[in-house]
Amino acid sequence: MQKESELIMRTLDQTIEEILTLAAAHFKVPRAELAPDDDFFKKLKIDSLQALELLTRIENHFSVELPDYEMQGVSDFRTLAERIQARL
Amino acid sequence: MSTSTGKSASWTLTDGVIELELHRAPCNEIGSVMLEDLEGFVAFLEGAREDADAVIMHSSLSAGFSAGADLRELYSGMQGLTREEREAGVRKFLERIHAVLNALDASPLTTIAAVHGVTFGGGWELALASDLIVADRTARFCFPELRLGLIPGFGGIPRLKRDLGNAVVRDLLLTGRSINATRAHTVGLVSQVVAEGQALAVARTTAAQIRKFDRETRLTAKKFLKPIPYAELRQEIELFCQLLARPAVEESLRKFVESTETMPYLP
Repeated sequence: MQKESELIMRTLDQTIEEILTLAAAHFKVPRAELAPDDDFFKKLKIDSLQALELLTRIENHFSVELPDYEMQGVSDFRTLAERIQARL
Repeated sequence: MSTSTGKSASWTLTDGVIELELHRAPCNEIGSVMLEDLEGFVAFLEGAREDADAVIMHSSLSAGFSAGADLRELYSGMQGLTREEREAGVRKFLERIHAVLNALDASPLTTIAAVHGVTFGGGWELALASDLIVADRTARFCFPELRLGLIPGFGGIPRLKRDLGNAVVRDLLLTGRSINATRAHTVGLVSQVVAEGQALAVARTTAAQIRKFDRETRLTAKKFLKPIPYAELRQEIELFCQLLARPAVEESLRKFVESTETMPYLP
């Protein structure tokens, strides 16, 4: 668990950018091809198990935990970032 | 060195450590083929108990340790059978897999599951039968059976209850959520969390450490510390069969098997 002195305060835009960067790196696509409102299943051509891989990377990166049922109905990076932001 | 290769799993014995490698694409689904290999492995384990100190189970597939029961085989095996025939077939499979996992659980050797990626359902139950779990950062644990109207059937609930606080078990079983390796480590389920791709290497180092110590002492400690909940394991089989008999479960299995959706694994 992060100490209070180590907490990094992020804006939603920063969180979105970090998630896009993580997704680009994990699925080996150019960062420039991803946009916040993209449907990540369609854009990255991934299924739910691969989405859980991304969720794991996001959780590790932000040091948060997001129950995967909170991803129900979430298919774009912006909404995913909002879910993560709510846990920071 | 002693080696054996099956269709879905292979094992070697080298310098007192037995390594079981799971390698059935796409993600080591546990159906009749994997079960047969695991039964062969357990027989080998029994014969090698005087020559080895530790066992490491791992997967060579990038997707993960194991996605659990082969639901496609389960569904297809149910077709054209009466309710009684279905229950008999499933019960027989469960009794066989329980025998395998109970043998691993009770092994006089110290067992280590080195896991990564998808470690779901029966795959998680296989890992839970080991003494220690070493997980890399990609590992994710889940009992998705809830989504099919089932409970874990390979001994997951009694073994989770043995290892974790009841509140955590309730969270997992009543929401069907997955947890990452960090969380699993925090709650005490995972012994070590390591960098991506390093679970097997760290498991080998751990096995080397284990081998330094007196065998009889290790075995005595293990038996004392790790009771096997045989009565609850049998009860789990009964409950699983009761739930499986419901028409809604077959419908859920059909949807899963026929699904082209991108989100069958998200609750």
